[in-house]
Amino acid sequence: MKQSLGVRLWRWTIISFVALYLLVPLYAMFDFSTKPFGFADKGRTFRAWTMIPSQPDLLAAISRSLITAAIVMALILFMIVPTAIWVHLKLPGLRRPFELLCLLPLAIPAIVIVVGIAPLYRWISINISESPITLAGVYSMLILPYTYRSLSAALDAVDIHTLAEAATTLGASISRVIFGIIMPTIKTGIVNGSFIAIALVLGEYTISNILNFKTFQVVIAQIGRQNGNVAVAVSLASLLLVIFLLLIIPTKKRQGAVLDVDIA
Amino acid sequence: MTQLQYKGTGSANGRTGSRYWRSKSAYLGVMPFLLFSGLFLLYPTWNVVSGAVQDNNGQFSTTVLKEVFNSPIARQAFANSLELSAKTAIVGALLGGLFAWAIATGKPGGVFYKVSVALSSVLAQFGGVMLTFAFLATFGFNGLVSSLAVKFLPNTFLADSTWLYGMTGLSILYTFFQIPLMVLVFLPTLENLKPQWREASDALGGKAYEYWLRVGIPILTPSFVGGALLLFVNSFSAYATANTLINLSDFLTPLEIATALTSETGGSNPAEAKSLSMFMVIVVVIVMSLYALLRRKVSKWEQKR
Repeated sequence: MKQSLGVRLWRWTIISFVALYLLVPLYAMFDFSTKPFGFADKGRTFRAWTMIPSQPDLLAAISRSLITAAIVMALILFMIVPTAIWVHLKLPGLRRPFELLCLLPLAIPAIVIVVGIAPLYRWISINISESPITLAGVYSMLILPYTYRSLSAALDAVDIHTLAEAATTLGASISRVIFGIIMPTIKTGIVNGSFIAIALVLGEYTISNILNFKTFQVVIAQIGRQNGNVAVAVSLASLLLVIFLLLIIPTKKRQGAVLDVDIA
Repeated sequence: MTQLQYKGTGSANGRTGSRYWRSKSAYLGVMPFLLFSGLFLLYPTWNVVSGAVQDNNGQFSTTVLKEVFNSPIARQAFANSLELSAKTAIVGALLGGLFAWAIATGKPGGVFYKVSVALSSVLAQFGGVMLTFAFLATFGFNGLVSSLAVKFLPNTFLADSTWLYGMTGLSILYTFFQIPLMVLVFLPTLENLKPQWREASDALGGKAYEYWLRVGIPILTPSFVGGALLLFVNSFSAYATANTLINLSDFLTPLEIATALTSETGGSNPAEAKSLSMFMVIVVVIVMSLYALLRRKVSKWEQKR
């Protein structure tokens, strides 16, 4: 159906308005990060960009955040996914309570979780470790709703009971059934969950800032208090990196990850 | 050999027999997860809920809860939070909904579609520190738009950045991540609108506005309202953006909670933080329940098709 002139006019008005809203601040970041600062006063400079690698704490914070993301992913793979499969297979009566538990973080904002969990992290800092990597524990709970949604959709799509019975009849152990048989069939759901894990860990600020952990975002804020140009350059660089990662991950897998914020 | 092992372990019967699948020992399988979530999820939740009705010495008392409820500062912060969330949810839902419509009416699977969806998924998560920097670089002192405004429009509000550090500025920043989130939530519903319905309406002599009034809007409303509720919770719970943009510790409830928890001058007051949190949780639970009800309606309709 050919679009009428009115429709087309409306459409382009909306598109240009929203595009301006979203893109002007991004361009402004580029503009700001190439502005001269310090003793220089004219023209364009990439000095802020070249100063990124020499920022204290930054590289350490990035590598710690990546390690944290890896631990969160390991927790998903070796604890949350097997538990979800186990509940599906063996404890159908627990499915509803399990679902409610997984959706609980949606009702508890991060700022509220941090209030409740502060004593626990005080204890962990004193008795176990002061490293920000310990945040993996609370992060894996924060993404539980998203992990659960992508997992349960994947588990419902496959007849895992038949798979499990066939495998056990052929002599597979229960760990083989979970890790070798069922998990490969729900690979897409797991990939989606992991993608969200990385995004969450790299973007999290509320909990780490209040509990005084130097994660990626906290360090960016800290740089911003010393040198705005460098902080803007770092922000834009990491944003571009995320967009780049999104574009190289195959569309089909990605879209599921992104659109699966739906609950209930 | 294999057979021998098989017999040796003696578990062949146990594993395949239906009794094993339902036996009590199966509950042991959920124990690691239960312990873990008990520590990192149930304990903090319980800590807040029970702590809201205790004083700082652990005695049962509703004094703090009442104090917070009657405190003019807490009420103002709560009102600001509600106002900000409602404003940005409505504006974000409208702009995001319209933008989603613009995406859906374009060529499906085209470049514009792909870029818009990918960009939306990034920018919906783009809150906090980096968003603040983006807007400081745009409207802040020496920013892109403000320095242009100083040159060309010196008497408008754009030339003076102070508006950025208050309700107006926060609303504009929050709307920035609300629009893409609405696109992600609403686009699937729009794509489920069948072109045949429009054709049927046209064939029966319906005008464009009649189609939207009688068919389009009634079908889209539950999903649209659901999206707006999700946006409401999204900005109601947000802390990072406000924390990095403004330095007013009592302006929004999340900021007030953080201050009560970490304050270095007045000493921390966990009981106050927990009471404030309790009121936040009540609002979020109400809104999310409404959202769940609406989603149920939407998915029912989607199954019927």
